[in-house]
Amino acid sequence: MTVGQVLLVGAVALPAVGALAVAGMPARLDRAARILGTVIAGAVLAVTAGLALGERTWFAYLDGSPVVRPWHEVDVVWAESLDLAFHLGVDGISWPLVALTALLTLLCCLYSLWTVPAPGRGRLLVALLLAIECGILGVFLSLDLVLFFVFFEVVLLPMYAVIAVWGGLDRRHAAVKFVLYTLAGSVLLVVGIFTVVAAAGTSDLVVLSTQAGAGISHGTQVAAFVLLALAFAVKSPLWPLHTWLPDAHTEAPTVGSVILAGVLLKMGTYGLIRVAVGTVPDGARQLAPVLGVLAVAAILVGSLVCLAQTELKRLIAYSSVGHMGFVLLGIATLSATGLQAALIGNIAHGVITGLLFFLAGAIKDRAHTGVLTSLGGLRDTSPLLAGLLGYAAIASLGLPGLAGFWGEAFAVYAAIDRGGALWTTAGVLAAVGGALTAAYLLRLLRTVTHGPAAPAVTGLPRVTTVELITWAPLVVLALLLGVVPGIVLDTTIAPVNALIEAVAP
Amino acid sequence: MEELHLPPIDYAAIAPLLLVFGAGCVGVLVEAFVPRAWRYRVQVPLLLAGLVAALIALISVADKRVSTAGGALAIDGPALFLQGGLVALGIVSVLLIAERRVERGGAFVAQASVVAGTDSDRRQSSQPGATEVYPLTAFALGGMMLFCAANDLVTMFVALEVFSLPLYLLCALARRRRLLSQEASVKYFLLGAFSSAFFLYGVALLYGFAGTMSFTGLREAAAEAGSEDTLLFLGIAMLSVGLLFKAAMVPFHVWTPDVYQGAPTPVTGMMAACTKLAAFGGILRVFTVGFADINLDWEPILIAVAIATMLVGAVMAVTQTDIKRLLAYSSIANAGYVFTGVLALSEEGVAGTMFYLVAYGFTVLAAFAVVTLVRDADGEATHLSRWAGLGRRSPLFAGLFTVLMLAFAGIPLTSGFTSKFAVFSAALGADQVTLVIVGLISSAVLAFPYLRVVVLMYLSEPAEDTPTVSLPGVFTSLALVIGLVATIGLGVVPGPVLELAEQASSFIG
Repeated sequence: MTVGQVLLVGAVALPAVGALAVAGMPARLDRAARILGTVIAGAVLAVTAGLALGERTWFAYLDGSPVVRPWHEVDVVWAESLDLAFHLGVDGISWPLVALTALLTLLCCLYSLWTVPAPGRGRLLVALLLAIECGILGVFLSLDLVLFFVFFEVVLLPMYAVIAVWGGLDRRHAAVKFVLYTLAGSVLLVVGIFTVVAAAGTSDLVVLSTQAGAGISHGTQVAAFVLLALAFAVKSPLWPLHTWLPDAHTEAPTVGSVILAGVLLKMGTYGLIRVAVGTVPDGARQLAPVLGVLAVAAILVGSLVCLAQTELKRLIAYSSVGHMGFVLLGIATLSATGLQAALIGNIAHGVITGLLFFLAGAIKDRAHTGVLTSLGGLRDTSPLLAGLLGYAAIASLGLPGLAGFWGEAFAVYAAIDRGGALWTTAGVLAAVGGALTAAYLLRLLRTVTHGPAAPAVTGLPRVTTVELITWAPLVVLALLLGVVPGIVLDTTIAPVNALIEAVAP
Repeated sequence: MEELHLPPIDYAAIAPLLLVFGAGCVGVLVEAFVPRAWRYRVQVPLLLAGLVAALIALISVADKRVSTAGGALAIDGPALFLQGGLVALGIVSVLLIAERRVERGGAFVAQASVVAGTDSDRRQSSQPGATEVYPLTAFALGGMMLFCAANDLVTMFVALEVFSLPLYLLCALARRRRLLSQEASVKYFLLGAFSSAFFLYGVALLYGFAGTMSFTGLREAAAEAGSEDTLLFLGIAMLSVGLLFKAAMVPFHVWTPDVYQGAPTPVTGMMAACTKLAAFGGILRVFTVGFADINLDWEPILIAVAIATMLVGAVMAVTQTDIKRLLAYSSIANAGYVFTGVLALSEEGVAGTMFYLVAYGFTVLAAFAVVTLVRDADGEATHLSRWAGLGRRSPLFAGLFTVLMLAFAGIPLTSGFTSKFAVFSAALGADQVTLVIVGLISSAVLAFPYLRVVVLMYLSEPAEDTPTVSLPGVFTSLALVIGLVATIGLGVVPGPVLELAEQASSFIG
């Protein structure tokens, strides 16, 4: 095995083994177990960073070469008689998400070192975080449809447990709703995957993307795309299938919200690009307008609902609906610009919303309330928290120079560039949605940071060093991605071009 | 008088059968001649030794593909694989049946027919159980093995009765809740007798149609007759009723929840694992060897049956409040999933079906093993509300049961996923798209009752009188470990067993 292959297997195996090890430690070693988990999460980050090293095949996208050209690849037979393959690989589309997942998990583990929400038992929380990491990394690294589904499912139950055990007051309801929606999505996904596999005769994503739907009839492609898109739309989430998200986000503990918003939702958009668009492009072309209209609806509905929110975490949760709308709009245009916008939007949203949820959690833990009006005057009592919240909110609303800008601006650009009445309207409406986004985030800042100090925010405990260490990478990344978007875009451009060439000739 | 010619018999090929039946016969002699105090200590090792010997014999004849005893028995790939599965699952069942640590004297009483509630019945509840259960189990398992290898209708019927009758009796022997147990037994017996009658009537009609009992002969006759013959179709219909009853398929499933609930839990486990396997062994042979050539005619009806089974089983499971009834309905739904593999009518389907049966058997036995351990003063606490908060009281068993529930729900990396994948992809390969879609929807529905149990165990506050989990004896622990290892092993590395099933997937004759 080459170094790259070892790293690939390590990226999936390490969190899994780590989860078992951490969960298996006795209760009296709780803190030691959490430290162990954090060390493992750090090791996983190092492994995923290592994946970017080595020889990359930037320029090998020639005619006839596969559409997916992984930098590293492992292809082991898992169960021959079922045609199951343990096929992992990393390329420019997946690597940024892989790194983001590893980073956010590490930060969440670090955060859990410092504080564990009721009812305690932090080592189990850390173990579940690692289990979720294993599943998400597996989803991003799978180059086999069935394996993709397997990892997709692995994420579900640990996330359910995180919400149901460590969540807020209404956690049971939120957790059950999360499971119901996600299970329904899984059924659609597995039917869709079965349809594609049965029609194409292989479950290998490299082969499927290269064939680009050749040999699958138009009707089948449309049906498969509908199934797959619905499944991923539940996960992303796309309006009107989003209603599980605000509940889950609001009730989940801080680390749960961060993982959920930061990377879990990305499984949906990543799946849409790699699986749905990649394997049945005919269906994608047919249904792209529908997807685009829904994405614009999500942007507008998300922003309008945000304007009416009175609770901090819920507002951030709904803002995800809008932001993911931009990502989906980018995908729906089926153009290189749109996909690029979607991919950088994914990363930016993960960084910024991760930071926002960390901050919201910190504020709620201190003030014991999330109601916006009772958080007024935070700037006077805790300038650091207010300042960071302001920074994250401004990054989120898409100020040029910060990470949120590129994804939203280029999604709108891609829609207008696509031309025609439908796409132009979509682009214009999305731009209006962008303005609304700015409006609700500024409204949030006005209520929370300005005005006289409310009783809830007086005498807040100071921000600890652990918290600052946890937030610092996200703060830096939000700026870095805004100033040098090339660190993501240069990685994604080659595989995106190859994909677009195959999908939209 | 004409001289009677005995057909040549390949004794090596039927050695496994002979060993299991032999263990049963010796067991009867033990009952007659060994002092009462020693019987338990003799019977259990005897039966286990018999089963292990049968397993070894099966492995040594694994490459045989013969038709023997004048064509009455077909020792081919499926027969050997299913017999192997039966013996392996049988060993686990016997371990559960032999457990005497959890309940003083074991889960069985000596006499089935003493009127419930009378003095003599109360007396026997406090005495150690009878050891007749071991020979009965041996005969049941032997009958099931014969059923999987039967190559003509008469042998099949004999095998059906050989394995059914001991089961009827075993159902009535539960130490606790005697009345429920007797009711289960009577219900199972009466309905089982009806289904046997249907089966026999079907056999008669088919004989009238073809003039032969052997499946090969039937297939040839059916191919000639085309699809017009009334006798043939009535015969197939009647035969199917008998087979579907044993497999607990809708609409012949109504006995399942009552019998599963009333029977002693180790016997319930054996019925869910072994009887199901045997029934599908018979179904596979009848529909792939006997009537495969005229499948277009009977297929739509059986597809409807499979769909109804999957949906009814899943939907009814959602409403259950008793863990044994829940597992009963889930076993009905699982019969539907297995049937999709049968209806693929391909070697892939046969392999998937056989893999499913074995994988499911281990999981369901382990699940019932946990059920035997959750007890209060009145014996097993099977009502679901009594399981609330079990995760706090005994995290180990709650965790174990969670893994089993996840396997039932078909979560990846458990045998539940690989086996569903195997049958559904076989069905897709045969263009049974509707079946697969219904199957997936039904699995999603069925995931809820399982998850509900998990949620109940972990997230509900334990009540004052939450039952304790008894410490299992060696036998139950062993059964649990085997079940768990198989559940996870077949989920993570399904390759070897699947390959074995695939190599064994073609029938002879």
